[in-house]
Amino acid sequence: MAKFAALFGFGAILLALPHALSFSQQEILVFLTINVLLVASYRLLTLTGEWSLGHVVIMGVGAYASALLSKRLGIYVPVAMLLGAVTAAMIALALSFPLFRMKGFYFLIGSFAAGEIIRLLWKRFRDPFGGPKGLKKIDPMPDFDIGIYAFDFFEPVSYYYFALAVVGVSLWVMWRIERSPVGLTFHAVHWQDRLAEASGVNVRAYRTLAFVLASGFAGLSGALLAHYIGTINPNSFDVEQMVFVLTWTIVGGTATFYGPILGCVVLTVLNEIVLREAGFEQMRPLIYGLILILSVLFMPKGLESLVRGAFSGRNARKNKAGETKAME
Amino acid sequence: MVELLAQTGLNALYAASYTALVAVGLVLIFGVMGVINFAHGELFMLGAYAIVAVYADWNLPYLVAVAVGMAFVGTVGLGMERAFFRPLRDNPLGGLVASIGFLMILQALVSMGFGVRMEHVPPVTQEVIVITERVRLPVFRLAVILAAVVLLAGLWAFLKKTRFGWALRASAQDPEAAALQGISINQTARIAMFIGAALAGVAGALTAPLISVNPHMGHSVIVTAFIVIIVGGIGSLEGAVIVAVAYAFVHTFVTTFFDGVIADIVGLLLLLIVLIVKPTGLFGSTDRA
Repeated sequence: MAKFAALFGFGAILLALPHALSFSQQEILVFLTINVLLVASYRLLTLTGEWSLGHVVIMGVGAYASALLSKRLGIYVPVAMLLGAVTAAMIALALSFPLFRMKGFYFLIGSFAAGEIIRLLWKRFRDPFGGPKGLKKIDPMPDFDIGIYAFDFFEPVSYYYFALAVVGVSLWVMWRIERSPVGLTFHAVHWQDRLAEASGVNVRAYRTLAFVLASGFAGLSGALLAHYIGTINPNSFDVEQMVFVLTWTIVGGTATFYGPILGCVVLTVLNEIVLREAGFEQMRPLIYGLILILSVLFMPKGLESLVRGAFSGRNARKNKAGETKAME
Repeated sequence: MVELLAQTGLNALYAASYTALVAVGLVLIFGVMGVINFAHGELFMLGAYAIVAVYADWNLPYLVAVAVGMAFVGTVGLGMERAFFRPLRDNPLGGLVASIGFLMILQALVSMGFGVRMEHVPPVTQEVIVITERVRLPVFRLAVILAAVVLLAGLWAFLKKTRFGWALRASAQDPEAAALQGISINQTARIAMFIGAALAGVAGALTAPLISVNPHMGHSVIVTAFIVIIVGGIGSLEGAVIVAVAYAFVHTFVTTFFDGVIADIVGLLLLLIVLIVKPTGLFGSTDRA
């Protein structure tokens, strides 16, 4: 019961939050919400032990697909978003055939190369992808009214509520997946792949499944982004963005569901409050780079390890057996 | 047509020279330390900015600027080794991620120091060797090619003929056995990192007068270097040189007859195909996989 009360209170805070913020802070809140979905999907991918450098490009696939479907074919925007997510998942499925012949380093480099190829295709083919300048004037979400609240998508607050609902449902689905036998098999594939294989688990199929699901959610986050900012180009999904995702994920830690989300929220708040207010916005890549190195060196289990240390000192010894190193 | 082929061949030879320097440095670092240095393209960029600072801004002789760039970037490499590659020796993926972080730092520092706009480096020499009316080889390009050959030959002699070189190759083959023979792993890692970084720096310094120098120039360099070292078999120096030359020819010819983006796509597809068919590369062994 206390759990439900906490959840309810948390939801109320999330709903009330934008009204305490300035207009530009509300916009940042929308980006943060979208990024939460992105990092959560990245964690789903890392569950089976592979770290991809192409995840942000996959997000871009969802963004491009959704934007083109609504722009060219006039498909209703929410439907286009879902189709964008499906497209990202399908592209990931196609990529999984070459990529999952690789592991570790090779997977990392292979995913980087595959992502670069997609980005170059966007750059090269002006029709339909718009070339280096990308797509402009992407259809915004059409306004609608649900009785208690009228969505007006010129307002960031409305888009925030919409994104919050989409991201909330997505997170719940990912959470359910992880708790299901399928999710447990993902863990087995990561930590005991030989044993899992010997027990009759099709390791490659589960790796592919995690990759495709994660890519679908990443594509959805890309679609949310595209219809919010209205313009995307190949550089919106470049290595720098990938570094941000890596940093959020590693700073947060990947052993728990909330780790990467925590990393994303903490670093974004830090960025917006500390850097922007202090006039250091230009130094963001520098500081992210520094944070990335320092957390790999000194906090390989991420922020979540601090949280868990504070909350469950008595369980610390019991949990140790199941604890996971962030980068292994 | 023959003239066009000859001219493109010369251009490819020039591209091969600096690509080989970058790729060999990357392979050397991987061989000895077992980590991929994602910031290698930014070391190339630092070498080019050394030229901007020392040669273009302070008006010192070009060769002095190249030497300064080489030494400076090598020293940065030593710093990287000490700061994160050494503590993360047992965690190669962590080392790779740390080098991605370092890449961002270098880009940001250079952007703050020089601005993000393209830098203009005055040409060192304008002389051109005219072979035929339509086949020309600028003297400076010839100098870059020769310098690369000399540097690679020097590296080869160092690795095969000196005790340091033996130690380096021994710890690349089997770090534990090398350590048991009294070879200091830290020492060999330092040497490899210094040489590897310095080669990237000198490649950047040599090509700076011929290309657009900007803080993000490292990206295409690292993409090319990845293609070369993976196709060549990660950890094989000879493979890296051979593939650097072959890839430079493929890339230059596709660029000439189609366009640059198609050439990049072809290269990346080659990389993926090699990873699928023979992940150890054309010249690689299964070590350090």
